[in-house]
Amino acid sequence: MPELPVIAAHHVTFGYNRETVVEDVSLEIRPRDFLAIIGPNGGGKTTLVKILLGLLRPWSGEVVWTPPVRPGRMGYVPQFSTFDKGFPLRVSDVVLMGRLDRRSLLRPYLKKDRIEVGRVLERLALTHLAAEHVSEISGGQLQRVLIARAVVSDPEVLFLDEPTASIDAESRETLTGLLEELNRRIPVVVITHDVTGLAPLVRRIACVNRRLVCHEGSELDARTLEEAYGGPVEVVTHGVQHRILHRH
Amino acid sequence: MPGFFDALSYEFMRNAVLAGLLAAVLCGIVGPFVVVKRLAFLSDGISHAAFGGMGLCFYLGLDPLLGAMAVALLCAVALGLVDTETIRSYDAVIGVFWAVGLAVGIVFVYKTPGYAPNLMTYLFGNILLVSRHEIGVLLVLAVSVFLILALFWKGIVAVAFDEVFARVQGAPVRVLMVLLLTMIALSVVILIQVVGIILVVALLTIPPLIGLMLLKDLRGVLILSTAIGVAITLGGLGLSYVYDLPSGPAIIMLGAVLLFAVYAGRKLRGGGWRSLPALRRE
Repeated sequence: MPELPVIAAHHVTFGYNRETVVEDVSLEIRPRDFLAIIGPNGGGKTTLVKILLGLLRPWSGEVVWTPPVRPGRMGYVPQFSTFDKGFPLRVSDVVLMGRLDRRSLLRPYLKKDRIEVGRVLERLALTHLAAEHVSEISGGQLQRVLIARAVVSDPEVLFLDEPTASIDAESRETLTGLLEELNRRIPVVVITHDVTGLAPLVRRIACVNRRLVCHEGSELDARTLEEAYGGPVEVVTHGVQHRILHRH
Repeated sequence: MPGFFDALSYEFMRNAVLAGLLAAVLCGIVGPFVVVKRLAFLSDGISHAAFGGMGLCFYLGLDPLLGAMAVALLCAVALGLVDTETIRSYDAVIGVFWAVGLAVGIVFVYKTPGYAPNLMTYLFGNILLVSRHEIGVLLVLAVSVFLILALFWKGIVAVAFDEVFARVQGAPVRVLMVLLLTMIALSVVILIQVVGIILVVALLTIPPLIGLMLLKDLRGVLILSTAIGVAITLGGLGLSYVYDLPSGPAIIMLGAVLLFAVYAGRKLRGGGWRSLPALRRE
């Protein structure tokens, strides 16, 4: 019996400056889902995630969140940091912002918030960088800081945009472990070009190239992927068992 | 400069020092946000637009400070509510505010019958003309700015740092952005009295730039920028009195010298470019 989706997009269409980027996409995210969103660059993956997060309002169609999932209770790790690294903040200050909450905007951060930050920093092997300025850490470290900031808010669902892009092998292992742990409790949605790296975790794949080309139960075969990417690709699929590398 | 301290026995000089101190505190606590959020052009725009209000009030025989405040606040709310993602060029919008305000102000001043005020006073400020009544108004404005920041510190810092993430966290980003711009607008009105419309942006950026070069913690930067603001306003005022220089430009030039000295010092000691965030784009 299918579980009730925590987020459901119904026939969502959206674009920038009259140019359609996402067209008629219907997609569900279920409890304890681990969904990988794949597709070509410029295919609308990030835009779709921003719609699911409630950051962008679709032109038509609708997104329905099922409590406790709602805008403001979802974690988001962007692909590129959307801030200026020259901002005078330490790593721990940045992660602390994950504890920002609409309902407590007028009171300062509490000791509880700082304890939680310490715990997450330790989990992501960032404790030694806590007092560093954000401009002084490497790209991979910054990526982990962004993940820490998203996770420390104790979100009801977690979205990550290309989390493995600038991360080394060891950090990737830490990340995979963390995502697995989180996924026991909440659904995780990952935009990635690297399904292999997360293969053991991924339960469903959605290919997005303006439209939703293939998704979930549908067999992920070479043809649909070609459709998604608009050309021959190396296919990596994942089901109950691994079916790896079917080359064209 | 013993002459400067003797001059403090005059009321106009005491008022000038008080106005300078208020301005310094404001550039210290608001300026760092202007620099890190890259709002220098916006602040400059608000400052020039405010002149439209000053000109109108002058024409109507009202207090120009009132007009400056009204227009600056209007600009802050308007620019804060503009959706930067859908508008084609935010910069151009600011540019329009900038130019239209200045044009309106000049036209009204020109058309005001009788004695024509010295435009230079508004454009470059004259801290020595600040009255006791104006000091009272400035004090209220400064306290308001301080209270807004103290009350909404968490949210304003979050929005200044990363608007997208603040929105993900469910923070009321538009409201917080309007609050930040309101703080800037109120500060601009005060700074206009001290250094004039044209030089406002310098006082909002020079002390924080120095602070940002030396420290990496936001609270520290705010405190250091305030101290630097106090030093250059009082120092500039002293120079202006002793050497008979226009006060606004004297303050800014002293600030520029200090900025260059700190920058050169860091370069020589190998501090490098890293620490000058405003010059870095990634």
